[in-house]
Amino acid sequence: MSIFINKDTRIITQGITGKTGQFHTEKCQEYANGKECFVAGVNPKKAGESIFNIPIYASVKEAAAETGATVSVIYVPPPGAAAAIWEAVEADLDLAICITEGIPVRDMLILRNKMKEKEAKGGKKTLLLGPNCPGLITPDEVKIGIMPGHIHRKGRIGVVSRSGTLTYEAVGQLTEIGLGQSSAVGIGGDPINGLKHIDVMKAFNDDPETDAVIMIGEIGGPDEAEAAMWCKENMKKPVVGFIAGVTAPAGKRMGHAGALISGGADTADAKLAIMEECGFKVTRNPSEMAKLLKAML
Amino acid sequence: MKIHEYQGKQILKKFGVTVPRGIHCTTVDDAVKAAETLGGKVWVVKAQIHAGGRGKGGGVKVATSLEKVREYASQILGMQLITHQTGPEGQKVRHLLIEEGADIQHEYYVAALTDRATQSVAIMASYEGGMDIEEVAHKTPEKIVKVFVNPLVGLTDEQGMTLAKGMGMNEASIPQCIDTLKKLYTCYMETDASLAEINPLIHEADGTVKALDAKFNFDSNALYRQEEIVAMRDLDEEDADEIEASKFDLAYISLDGNIGCLVNGAGLAMATMDTIKLFGAEPANFLDVGGGATTEKVTEAFKIMLKNPKVKGILVNIFGGIMKCDTIATGVVAAAKETHLSVPLVVRMKGTNEDMGKQILKDSGLPIISADSMAEAATKIVAAVK
Repeated sequence: MSIFINKDTRIITQGITGKTGQFHTEKCQEYANGKECFVAGVNPKKAGESIFNIPIYASVKEAAAETGATVSVIYVPPPGAAAAIWEAVEADLDLAICITEGIPVRDMLILRNKMKEKEAKGGKKTLLLGPNCPGLITPDEVKIGIMPGHIHRKGRIGVVSRSGTLTYEAVGQLTEIGLGQSSAVGIGGDPINGLKHIDVMKAFNDDPETDAVIMIGEIGGPDEAEAAMWCKENMKKPVVGFIAGVTAPAGKRMGHAGALISGGADTADAKLAIMEECGFKVTRNPSEMAKLLKAML
Repeated sequence: MKIHEYQGKQILKKFGVTVPRGIHCTTVDDAVKAAETLGGKVWVVKAQIHAGGRGKGGGVKVATSLEKVREYASQILGMQLITHQTGPEGQKVRHLLIEEGADIQHEYYVAALTDRATQSVAIMASYEGGMDIEEVAHKTPEKIVKVFVNPLVGLTDEQGMTLAKGMGMNEASIPQCIDTLKKLYTCYMETDASLAEINPLIHEADGTVKALDAKFNFDSNALYRQEEIVAMRDLDEEDADEIEASKFDLAYISLDGNIGCLVNGAGLAMATMDTIKLFGAEPANFLDVGGGATTEKVTEAFKIMLKNPKVKGILVNIFGGIMKCDTIATGVVAAAKETHLSVPLVVRMKGTNEDMGKQILKDSGLPIISADSMAEAATKIVAAVK
């Protein structure tokens, strides 16, 4: 088993005809069961055509109805990306994965509130992963996103991180010392996003084929602390934690009032302290993540 | 992206928020003329730089005669204004704002910003305006009142009232205060701001609610649709190296240490900086070359890092995914040759085409030190610069 996706997942690609979409769709198809999993593309101007033997439909709704796909991956450029996610939500998909980097925050604010409103009215809940994320992978089954497939090995360790290359770093270390991964999830680096650390930790906790987790965070925002607090009460599996940004200068991205609302709890040191308090094995040395985890098994 | 106070006030005014009459100028003579044009007996001479804390640093003066306006304008224009946000070297003042005096009865604080936890817009207000709000938040957080605005609904009358009452607004000024808060919210959304702060917001003897300051940050992802805001950008206020880096699509931030680092991905870049510190040195910069680094980009990255005279060594850390290690290695070799690199260079490469990359470095004949892990790379570069 794994979390969110497996070899039976059927996937729609939004933005499949763009340069980025084409490049990564080909790589995803080549990985494990990719040829069976990637069943549809969307582009209203190219409906009826196909690319890499993947049929293109005019809308997500139509693609889902024709193919039975329940997951979408989105490479649509920033100005239209939030609308593309909304299209996946309106089509009642299970999961939308948005790779796109650089979506205006206001678009995401409005989108997330529309999604919540739909759920509150009893509509189907579509999970959102990202935006600005590498995607997720279940090794040897399916890869949805832009991560390098070959560094992964099938196994029983979960990885969750905001950052792309730092996820690869953790995966690379695990593979090197002989520990495979159940799933590796990049939740993305944007301030307003979908799935958070806590959601992914819950999924790993419930997954019988995940034995332990590496959780990686960054400075800014309350998400890692929230996840750690949940884990303290509920997590049944060992967790190794790392937070990047001990040396990052304060206030460089966030202004005055930004630091204010978080009350200073979003520095790397503060997050590491909370994670440690909540029972994580934390490290300040990112080269040791996998080694530490192995020692806990 | 940040803007000046005078520009922020133009924006507020456009959205209907009352601001003092004022004129932006860049010379002493124009400052005096501005005061004459404004009329009255009291003027405020305000230094315009992108950092806060200008008053404490001597960049804001109240003048009661045209002679005093001239005197203060000459003092402030061209000065290196040092505040808690500028760093010890300060920021040169190139712009002034001359404003009519205000009849300040009380100074309040209001701000709008995006709240990640609730995925809404937080509006904050306090009775304790005019001072360092971080200090208020730290010592007396109960003096700050917050509401969270659902962007599908907007700031409601009820939320406006909660804020106005909570900030202890003068009773007679409450309706105008609520109106001002709504306009601030609309302005925040429509300009794609990430912070809009008015400190202080005041009420005058006749009850008028006025914004005496305006501080804005804007979401850089949204600048493509905010032409008016982009036109307000003042490159003099920004770090020259950071601007140069952004031309090549490199994310660069200069820091105080002596180890330059070049990494792909923001998270890994921060982790690399942290590792350098963990092994006893300090990073000289944050530099993310992004996903699609070319030889040209790597060369530019080296040039920008090496402009910093404090750099005594360079650490390159690449996790090759889409970006292949051999491409980066070729770029690193070309960059080292073109810049006549004279400081130690440690390269750590992992991932796609790792072996090919290492071979290219080895065959280059350059004294490049290779490392397998981030920790090993940091240990080696720290040793090399000692």
